[in-house]
Amino acid sequence: MKLPALSALFAGLLLAAGAHATSAEHVVASHAWIRVLPADLPAGAYVTLENSSDQPAALSGATSNAYAEVMLHQSSNEGGVSRMAMLHSLEIPAHGKAVLAPASYHLMLMKAATPVKPGDIVKLNLKFADGSALATDFVARPASAIDDTH
Amino acid sequence: MLARMNKTTDSRMKSRRSTGVAMLLLLAASLLLSSCQRSAPLPFQLTNISGHMPALDFKLTDDQGKPVSGADYRGKVVLLYFGYTHCPDVCPLTLEQLHVVMQRLGPLADGARILFVSVDPARDTPAVLHAYVNAFDPRAVGLTGDPRVIEALVKRYRSAFTREPASSDGNYEVSHSSAIYVFDRNGNARVLSTPTDSRDDLVHDLHLLLSTGTSS
Repeated sequence: MKLPALSALFAGLLLAAGAHATSAEHVVASHAWIRVLPADLPAGAYVTLENSSDQPAALSGATSNAYAEVMLHQSSNEGGVSRMAMLHSLEIPAHGKAVLAPASYHLMLMKAATPVKPGDIVKLNLKFADGSALATDFVARPASAIDDTH
Repeated sequence: MLARMNKTTDSRMKSRRSTGVAMLLLLAASLLLSSCQRSAPLPFQLTNISGHMPALDFKLTDDQGKPVSGADYRGKVVLLYFGYTHCPDVCPLTLEQLHVVMQRLGPLADGARILFVSVDPARDTPAVLHAYVNAFDPRAVGLTGDPRVIEALVKRYRSAFTREPASSDGNYEVSHSSAIYVFDRNGNARVLSTPTDSRDDLVHDLHLLLSTGTSS
């Protein structure tokens, strides 16, 4: 009983929110950058997402012409072991933010269409759970770039 | 009378105590002398693993394709880290932070080597490792080898790694130890740095190890 009621409520909320504005319209992206690694090794992409809406938004992934595959990941360190797990979505709280930063949430970029070099600007389409998308410019930085998010 | 007796006992005890202090001083002096020749107890900030972890010993292939052993790095302070090149987040962050640590050590850093041992030898050829480690620091060396040899080496430092199930496109992740093991110039394990430890402490301890002991 609980689940159908909840999903009905959720669907209602989505409809109500969707009628006016999408997640993409309420989310602002900043500090967007990519750590470029040599050869065609997977790279990590980082961004800070701020949600100005009264409703939470959810990042579900990204697409890009520059990379064949993009995956939303979370790194963790428990009991001295580094792990990486795939995420289906990441919540951006209402009037809050979600930070994708090294050793935490990140987008894993794989199979570059053409080699990406430090200094390049790469466009990623950030996808939200409501189906909307936000085109964001990511700055490609060298492997040894220092994270400035924190 | 009673007070007098007490005084005598007191002075006797005092003289006994001073003999004891002198003997302790002598012992301390001889210990200091002998420790100057051997390894002195250094005031480390990180977790001290001296005597608790085995010395640096391995037979692997370096990123130039050359067979190397632990003995080849005697005379250098070694920072040992297990990782893999298809690791886009934590491994690059660790290597970037180690690069910053090396920069902060200035010319002393030439006496240190970062050994990045691959826990993914199936994909990490010497050529891939060479490009990867050199993107971070010129004093970093990539090491790969027989999977069983790497497994034994990881176990030697009481750690483990697991190859996670592959995705539909065949890509896979490897869960691995997040620690950095630091060895002195004689190959003895000295301190352990974990991601929660401050980089200042690592700089401090490396400074201690690099400015003492025999140089290469």
